[in-house]
Amino acid sequence: MLKINLDFSGGAEVLFNNIKKRQLSLESEKKWTLRDFLQYMKENLLTERLELFIQGDSVRPGILVLVNDIDWELLGELDYEIKQNDNISFISTLHGG
Amino acid sequence: MELTNREIARYSRQIILPGIGVKGQKRLKASSVLIVGAGGLGCPVSSNLAGAGIGTLGIIDYDNIEITNLHRQLLHSESSIGKSKVESIKNFIANLNSDVKVQTHQVLLNSKNALEIITKYDLVVDASDNVATRYLLNDACVLENKTLISGSALQMEGQMTVYNYKNGPCYRCIFPKPPPPETVQNCGDGGVLGAITGVIGSLQSMEVIKVILDHDDVLAGKLLLYDGASCSFRTIKLRNKRQDCDVCGVTPNITKLIDYEQFCGMAASDKDSGLNILESNERVTVEDYRNYNKDHLLIDVRSANEFEICKLNNAINIPIKRLLADKIDNDLKEEMKEKSVFVVCRRGNDSQLAVRHLNEKLGIRSKDLIGGLHSWTHTIDKDFPIY
Ligand SMILES: [Zn+2]
Repeated sequence: MLKINLDFSGGAEVLFNNIKKRQLSLESEKKWTLRDFLQYMKENLLTERLELFIQGDSVRPGILVLVNDIDWELLGELDYEIKQNDNISFISTLHGG
Repeated sequence: MELTNREIARYSRQIILPGIGVKGQKRLKASSVLIVGAGGLGCPVSSNLAGAGIGTLGIIDYDNIEITNLHRQLLHSESSIGKSKVESIKNFIANLNSDVKVQTHQVLLNSKNALEIITKYDLVVDASDNVATRYLLNDACVLENKTLISGSALQMEGQMTVYNYKNGPCYRCIFPKPPPPETVQNCGDGGVLGAITGVIGSLQSMEVIKVILDHDDVLAGKLLLYDGASCSFRTIKLRNKRQDCDVCGVTPNITKLIDYEQFCGMAASDKDSGLNILESNERVTVEDYRNYNKDHLLIDVRSANEFEICKLNNAINIPIKRLLADKIDNDLKEEMKEKSVFVVCRRGNDSQLAVRHLNEKLGIRSKDLIGGLHSWTHTIDKDFPIY
């Protein structure tokens, strides 16, 4: 199994049953890219309306995606291949003050 | 610019720090910093920077003090309710450190006035409370080549970073497109703790001082996340400056300021915008509702916490999120189809969304109370709590 840690913050957790942190085990026969994983999240984890999380084929504007605390854009975005024990984070930006 | 004996005494506890010294203190004294927003973040930033002896502070905010500000905007006071926020901070600083020059700008920052204000300062602190102002400030700082120390807070979390610093990314490099308006929460709707804005404002002040002193480890290209609920601090690595960024890239599309409210689809304030999406026959005034004496259902779509603060007689609580997700008890749904249904919220925005959903998706003929509970307090019962 491919074990990963998933966390949400900045309000992104509201889209996923208000759970900030969870551990997941993914079937490891196949390779998992973040593209595949977003699909998995859509089907298995998302508890709010799809458009609050996904726009087009990626995450909607205003949510940062990180792998091991690094912006996914530095890692190949949707094509990044998830590795054992990766920490994947979805962070919604805050605007209040 | 030499330090006076009084200044040497006043700042001695920071002058003796190896990273500051007399040279550093003189630099702070020679600097000017613009603070955009005199609220939850602007208050701690102002007091920290005035205390540290920044020579000139500019403070911009169009707004006046309300009682709902005082749990977190700690430079304002009960006696100043209704008065200007920037004047209130100016008075505070005059008492704390009369050597600091304070320039107040009691205007709403917009595309017309931003550049001429920003150009007068060495660096800019984003202590604002809305998306449109954040994009406006970012673009203005890129065009004027100023570093932007950005903080934000909501509920029990805060975020902080430094944009446009030494070839680092700008706000648009990280967020090329604004978030959908329905996903954005302000402090009025989402709530925020004063200790959170206090922490983030203090962190911003520290970065301001480091930028002025040309410290090595300024938090640029990284984002600090603070979660007060678990007392965790995390620093994440952001992407680099984008070559194709619309404003700071190699061939920018934005070479002068645009209309940011239009770009974001949101107003440049954290006040509710006053939704108006229903037909007039789907709405009633609070007076008409009070005079309605037939059997009916009153649905209150505020959060459970808000419902606990105050409610109208016989109101049934279905928070807007549950209602829009159709998580309504089946018996109640049937009852709603048979009776007259009225929907109320705090100010009359969510109630409209709820009515549209009930009427279009569930075939119910509901009406919303125009202006919500605020209107109830103002026109029917002045003793009904307002928040
Ligand atoms: Zn940029």
